[in-house]
Amino acid sequence: MQRRLKIGVLFSRVRVEEKWIFGAMEKRGIDYDRLDDRAIHFDLNNPAPWQQYDAVLERSISYNSGLYALRLLNAFGVPTVNTAAVAEICGDKLMTSAVLARDGVPQPHNATAFTPEAALEAIEAFGYPVVLKPVVGSWGRLLAKVNDRDAAEAVLEHKSTLGSAQHSVFYIQEYIDKPGRDIRVIVIGERALTAMYRKSDHWITNTARGGEGELCPITPEIEDISLRAAKSVGGGVLAVDLVEHPERGLIVNEINHTMEFHTMQPLSGIDIAGEIVEYTVSAAKEKV
Amino acid sequence: MSTVTCIECAAEITLADNTEVGEIIVCPDCGVDLEVTALEPAAIQLAPMEQEDWGE
Repeated sequence: MQRRLKIGVLFSRVRVEEKWIFGAMEKRGIDYDRLDDRAIHFDLNNPAPWQQYDAVLERSISYNSGLYALRLLNAFGVPTVNTAAVAEICGDKLMTSAVLARDGVPQPHNATAFTPEAALEAIEAFGYPVVLKPVVGSWGRLLAKVNDRDAAEAVLEHKSTLGSAQHSVFYIQEYIDKPGRDIRVIVIGERALTAMYRKSDHWITNTARGGEGELCPITPEIEDISLRAAKSVGGGVLAVDLVEHPERGLIVNEINHTMEFHTMQPLSGIDIAGEIVEYTVSAAKEKV
Repeated sequence: MSTVTCIECAAEITLADNTEVGEIIVCPDCGVDLEVTALEPAAIQLAPMEQEDWGE
């Protein structure tokens, strides 16, 4: 008789997405464990308890906890959704930019520097305004639109003085005068599942910052760039955020590897949680 | 239907039937984030503060 699959779901908080994922697991009669990343511990000399899982779906809110858990699980031979390699790239804007550049996927003009002086030089070369972003961070936090040299000097000094060492990896991006919206595309495996506009009068259009969602038809162009972006970062369950550049057309702004979809699932009518669970099961089956 | 008392403002909060352990609820009176830590009986604590590496 075929052995029953065992799935782990690593999470930090039960958001509505996790509720839907747990519900999708239960609906399918899947044997799964809820793994609270604040409560688990790994005995590094004894991988066996973790190797009971045929796959682990990672839904941590903390990037560091999620990333290290994925690294351990992958080192123990446990398939994960997404893989540690994908999380490493998607969780770090600099790494994402690097692989997109390697693969020729259109993205904003970005630069990086490791000292305030070198960053200022790079910013001056861009011209104003520019956007400074932390390399690790989400929900639109700590983004700075820098309109002139005075602001650049102030923000760079604040970042290097008040921030952690990571804030001294300066990530500089051209400011894009987008049409008050960006586009989020959910990509699972080889499919662009659904897309929505995120609208806001603020230059930060993240729905975590109050941006509103509206369904966006998936054009061949949206599908093509989203799938290319997803492939570039290693593929899996991803949210590709696109921006409509006034001159260059669609470009990839960022890619999220533990995306939220509380706005998209009801908006699209697509069971995204169910699709994520199906994808995780297929990753588990590949192991068995 | 379980009820809990807000740690911050002592408001009585009724939990929805489908509430899960680990879920964050917002006190309707004072707006503080509370984490559900148990269901039978229902218990809550203040939700952890947002960390720098949190996100999606």
